[in-house]
Amino acid sequence: MKAKTKTNIKKAISLVILGVLASLAFIPLYWMVATAFTQPSLTMKFPPDIIPKNPTLQNFKDLFERKIIFRWTLNSFIVAGTVTLAQIFVCAMAGYALAKKKFPGSKVIFSIYIASMMIPTQVTLVPLYILISKMGMVDTYQALILPAIAAPFGVFLMRQFMVSVPTEIIEAARIDGASEFRTFTKIIVPISKPAMAVLGIFTFMGQWNSFLWPLIVTNTSEMRTLQAGLSLLQEQVPMQYSYLMASATYSAIPMIIVFLAFQRYFLQGITVGAIK
Amino acid sequence: MNDVWKGRSGYLFILPHFALFAVFFLVPVGWGMYLSMFNYNVFSQTFIWFDNYKRILSDWLFLKSLRNTFVYTFGVVPLWLGKALLVTVLIYPFRKGIRTFFKAAFYLPHVTSAVIISMIWLWVFNPNFGLLNYFMTVLGLEPVVWLGRSLTAMPSLIVMQVIMGGGSTIVLLSAAMASIPEYYFEAATLEGAGSWTVFRKITVPLLKPTILYALVMGTIANFQTFSNIYIMTSGGPEFSTTTIAYLIYETAFKNYNLGLASAMSMVMFAILVVLGIIQFKWLGSNVEY
Repeated sequence: MKAKTKTNIKKAISLVILGVLASLAFIPLYWMVATAFTQPSLTMKFPPDIIPKNPTLQNFKDLFERKIIFRWTLNSFIVAGTVTLAQIFVCAMAGYALAKKKFPGSKVIFSIYIASMMIPTQVTLVPLYILISKMGMVDTYQALILPAIAAPFGVFLMRQFMVSVPTEIIEAARIDGASEFRTFTKIIVPISKPAMAVLGIFTFMGQWNSFLWPLIVTNTSEMRTLQAGLSLLQEQVPMQYSYLMASATYSAIPMIIVFLAFQRYFLQGITVGAIK
Repeated sequence: MNDVWKGRSGYLFILPHFALFAVFFLVPVGWGMYLSMFNYNVFSQTFIWFDNYKRILSDWLFLKSLRNTFVYTFGVVPLWLGKALLVTVLIYPFRKGIRTFFKAAFYLPHVTSAVIISMIWLWVFNPNFGLLNYFMTVLGLEPVVWLGRSLTAMPSLIVMQVIMGGGSTIVLLSAAMASIPEYYFEAATLEGAGSWTVFRKITVPLLKPTILYALVMGTIANFQTFSNIYIMTSGGPEFSTTTIAYLIYETAFKNYNLGLASAMSMVMFAILVVLGIIQFKWLGSNVEY
């Protein structure tokens, strides 16, 4: 009985600590959403209303009057969508080769992939920009998309997953006369769906939230992605908080929807490629 | 040569990614090293050997940005890892539903972009209208110009990062902790070990590989911090929040001194390699699997 009381007290204390830590992170996010629905004139009011009185859609109306925001949204979807699909496809193929194919140099190539994951973005940033501008691709979708597909992490993740696929079923398919590519699409792809889902979700998130590269490689407002566009708004109207929070809420929504829909993958899947 | 022919399907499968990887990753890495020995700007492109390196290593701003980056990284990483460990240990005894709820709650800021988080906190820190100074006045304290003073700007950014961060590490550590057999904990508790002893003698040693992974990756990520600096402080005041990543950006894309920026990125890379080796030596030596 006494031990049980002790466990319950411990649990209660745990809940309090967890609640405080979680709230600290949650309050700013809540404040963003609440302010987005607050009348502009009331954003400087103290103490702030916990639930906005007379909530308004005015901030969103003002935001959508700036038509460029739809272009930024479209750009974000085009870039994140294309990179995600392409990455799943080419990384699955490369991961399969590294996990299941024997060819001279495969070990060296795998080591290169691993080592390159430790290289900070800044190392490739400047030469990549020069390369892109020499190719005449500055301010194009190709510039936003191609270097992102080349990122090494996905190959590592797919390889780690595919190592655990039994070699026998691949051999069985080959003996049955399936071609190399058919074996890949009919056997490997279906088995690897969980890993591909994880890769897809994380790639989409990374691209949707990507900031530095779009900032550098685009120079017209029309080619900016949402994140790079947001920083423009922040520079143009730094003090209009309800308006800025509406734009922040608007650009956070797609990711929050993805997160809620695929929560399972976020909360379990991340471990697939991490340690093995 | 025969082996190469036999392995041809392997090459074909790896080719689509590797071709892109070679052009848009490996070539830039090599080119960056070469570029770092050039005086490369709008007017000239001359080979100057190691002059860029000599110049940056005696440049006070570069050295200051290195110091700032170290302060930021070693401020954020231990606190954030400590927070992640604490949360992981605290949620472990609860039902699955409660665990999932907290994991999701801590993960939510992680799916929100750095730009958005920075925009919100720029307002939280606002000296006149910010939430933080409102709480300060409620508590009867003097309002502080958080981001406007060189003494408080960097600590403010660190605190913000610790409060919002850690979500993915919590998920990672929880998964690792779930794979520890439960009777380890039960046996220790029966032996009369207190929570702290269990944590030190069982939890941490068994989580060591995951902690090491999180430590190395967290160090690399925080060493590159850029978005929050760009949005919130532009490196100021008085360069007190100029991180190396921000300085590289300014040098390359504001001052168009591309060779100099490349040299900076190489120094940054070298430091990360050394840090990685130290972390592996320190934690990796007695990792128990």
